[in-house]
Amino acid sequence: MKRVALYAAAAGLVIFAGFPFYWMLITAFKQNRDLYVGASDLSHIPWIFNDPPTLEHVKLLFGQTDFPRWVLNTLVVVVAVVVITVAVAVPAGYSLARLVGRWGERMGMGIFFTYLIPPTLLFVPFSRLISLLHLQDSLGALILIYPTMTIPFCTWLVMGFLRSVPWEIEEQAMIDGYSRLAVILKVAPRLIVPGILTVVVFTFTLVLQEFVYALTFISSVDKMTVSLGVPIALVRGDVYHWGALMAAALFTSIPLAIVYSAFMDRFIQGFTMGAVKG
Amino acid sequence: MAGIEVRSLRKHFGDLHAVDGVDLSIRDGEFLVLLGSSGSGKTTLLRMIAGLERPTSGEIHIGDLRVDGDVPPRARGIAMVFQSYALYPHRTVFQNIAFPLEASRVPKRQIEEKVRWAAEMFSITRYLDRYPRQLSGGERQRVALCRALVRDPKVFLLDEPLANLDAKLRNTARDDLKRFQRQIQTTTVYVTHDQVEAMGLGDRIVVMERGKVRQVGTPQQVYEHPVDTFVATFVGQPPMNLLDAGDPSLPPRTLTGFRPEHFLPKSVFGSGADLRTFRFAVRRVEYLGSDRYVYGSVAGSDASAPAPTIIAKLPATIAMAIPEGETHEFAVPRHALRYFDADTGLSREV
Amino acid sequence: MTHRRRFADREDLLGAVMLAPALGYVILLVGVPFVFAILLSFSNATAGSLSFGWTGLGNYAAILGDPIFLRALRNSVVVTVGSQVLVVVLATAAAQVFRATFRGKRFARFVLLLPWAVPVSLAAIAWTWIFDSTFSVINWTLKAAGLLHGWLYWLGDPALALLAIIIVQAWRIFPFATVIVLAGLSSIPQEIVEAAIVDGAGFWRRLFQVELPLLLPVVAVAVLFGVVYTATDLGVVYILTGGGPANTTHVLPTLAFQRGILGADLGQGAAIAVFLLPFLIVVAIGMLRLAHRTEVGGAR
Repeated sequence: MKRVALYAAAAGLVIFAGFPFYWMLITAFKQNRDLYVGASDLSHIPWIFNDPPTLEHVKLLFGQTDFPRWVLNTLVVVVAVVVITVAVAVPAGYSLARLVGRWGERMGMGIFFTYLIPPTLLFVPFSRLISLLHLQDSLGALILIYPTMTIPFCTWLVMGFLRSVPWEIEEQAMIDGYSRLAVILKVAPRLIVPGILTVVVFTFTLVLQEFVYALTFISSVDKMTVSLGVPIALVRGDVYHWGALMAAALFTSIPLAIVYSAFMDRFIQGFTMGAVKG
Repeated sequence: MAGIEVRSLRKHFGDLHAVDGVDLSIRDGEFLVLLGSSGSGKTTLLRMIAGLERPTSGEIHIGDLRVDGDVPPRARGIAMVFQSYALYPHRTVFQNIAFPLEASRVPKRQIEEKVRWAAEMFSITRYLDRYPRQLSGGERQRVALCRALVRDPKVFLLDEPLANLDAKLRNTARDDLKRFQRQIQTTTVYVTHDQVEAMGLGDRIVVMERGKVRQVGTPQQVYEHPVDTFVATFVGQPPMNLLDAGDPSLPPRTLTGFRPEHFLPKSVFGSGADLRTFRFAVRRVEYLGSDRYVYGSVAGSDASAPAPTIIAKLPATIAMAIPEGETHEFAVPRHALRYFDADTGLSREV
Repeated sequence: MTHRRRFADREDLLGAVMLAPALGYVILLVGVPFVFAILLSFSNATAGSLSFGWTGLGNYAAILGDPIFLRALRNSVVVTVGSQVLVVVLATAAAQVFRATFRGKRFARFVLLLPWAVPVSLAAIAWTWIFDSTFSVINWTLKAAGLLHGWLYWLGDPALALLAIIIVQAWRIFPFATVIVLAGLSSIPQEIVEAAIVDGAGFWRRLFQVELPLLLPVVAVAVLFGVVYTATDLGVVYILTGGGPANTTHVLPTLAFQRGILGADLGQGAAIAVFLLPFLIVVAIGMLRLAHRTEVGGAR
């Protein structure tokens, strides 16, 4: 009996979590006449393919919209922001974990708290700043602003990660004759590669998901990122091309989901290690 | 109050035979100790009796009730004290002890009475409003015992409850525990790897190794008449000396064993004593206060094999000097000698 | 041979140098704008001109008298609380399910993570399609199951739209909460659970009297993050309803965006956004309390 309840609960939860994706999948490949049938018509079952699936929406997406351009824009921003974040957050995290002692912990927490300051508060002064720097409507604005979200959290991630790496290895290296700087440049990187990897993955996912700043700073369609362009600009007149829209949503979600699945445990370690274990 | 019957009990984890065919008869009211090193199966056996592990095969009877099927722990009439005490950190001492009573839906007033009664028995009444984190190790252990006591169980199961205490505390805790058990006379099964504890506490000891029972007996039986070389060397500190004495009067492939405290300078024994003499090449003497341990080797063993280290345990009352690097005449009373088959390890009469 | 302390050995200096860029970034691009945002709320600055004039509490007075703002404030609270309650229930259930082993667990886990992994805006657009007035597949399913006799104009009706927003928020956050709760469950010492079993506690008593109390710090973390993610979220509401119909489903972030960015009234935009701060301060205090509690050895 308990087994049955377990499977029922599991099924219910999985259906609740997953049906929008199944819906995305179906919509992306359904012919329009199979798609646009009023939901009050009970004779037509929307959950299955009543007509054979089609690639026309996908072709539209890649051929006649700016979607490929948005993917490119997103990649550019991702790479730039990852580089900046790793270059800034990793040394900072190392410094706070190893070099700064007691108040390093406090400072780390302080830096982490800036992560909690919402974009929806900062976008007001940022819009001023961006126009002052003549970066409005450019990818440069995003490349400048996104690290304000990634650096605090990633610094904290690296700190937390280093806490679990024994410092004896570095101390041993110093006894063996390396200076602290040499240790940092030679020995430490290999030890914290997993931590760096987590930083890269987190930054990647954050850039792909970010919507608010993109909405605030970008107005030209050809400068948009995927997260912005798809819901805002895949509209012709007043008409939403749902097939193409869902195809875009699907193609963006799948790689992200795979990445998340692989790295979920690390993220959660980062979240809970700092807050719960103190 | 109930005895426990264990028949042909097995627990397999894949290829690992944690418990490999155990038969035991535990008497009602007895304090039985399961002694063994880690991996011996003693804890697994205890957990099967508790109902926290399902046997792979075999039978367990607690009193009249056969429990190896699906009988849950709470229906077995048992109480258990874990190695870490497993107190609920978010509940006060009172609430900890009351928890099993609440689970059995005992009325509130009765709970109050019972908790106080148990707390008085272990002298922890003044801690009732505190939280586990505010107590010392010894105090927490007593709370755990209280919690076990309130259920009026037929059987107490204890999993190395003294392991987390300081060495000094362990002795008094051991004494308290034994007196307590004598008082309430509930059948108790106690798991430990510490053979001093086992000897001090058990009415009978079950020596286990790799899932099998090696010997069951009173401390005296296990110590003085070990049934094989494993028991002989596991029980007793320092372990029993075993060597091939090269004695032609013994059957071939026979090991001779004697305990360190029986291995003394020959001059200590009176004349006319029936002794087996050895020439003892002394390597090193350790002065430990109440005893001296003398390490060395004995001539007359098989010359081709490396000589095993032989240990002699001299009480402080034997004050004669034993210079290192010299050979002395030591002896063992013949009645203290034990013989074992060199291949199977089993004891043999000679 | 005496060693002069070279730079490479000066740990304090090295530490400062390695920390400086991050500190600089955070102070210049987060700290300063943050203060600036608060200052802006007291001004009449607009995005067009570069003027900056003090209006004191003028903005605040204006919005507090504005029924649309008050509604947005109420909506923010309703959506945050409503969705988090749902999240806690779903996450606790999901954590119990995923503790057990069952066939297809890996696949189930993958699917369960999808709502959290997908970008907010894309999920929101998908849900917009799901809630569409004419083509809503939810309506179809409910009708086919015999549970619906009228019609649900999800995004066209203020109350339904708010419910839709709550559902979407809970949907996207509960996977994250589930993973956190699962991690917490596995950190409960097994012996304590076994002691409860031996003590005679059944499944429900164990869950409510032993496991959940011990899980409280972890659940609190999940809730705190959930509050932040929901209260400060703009994407879901913006895409689902745009704040409509007729400004009835605005939350603070979307209203701040509408007035401050689209309407170019930086002062008022800032003032509206400032009302998010109480949420966040409560969260920050909550997290500090938790960290302190575990340092002192709260529940060990």
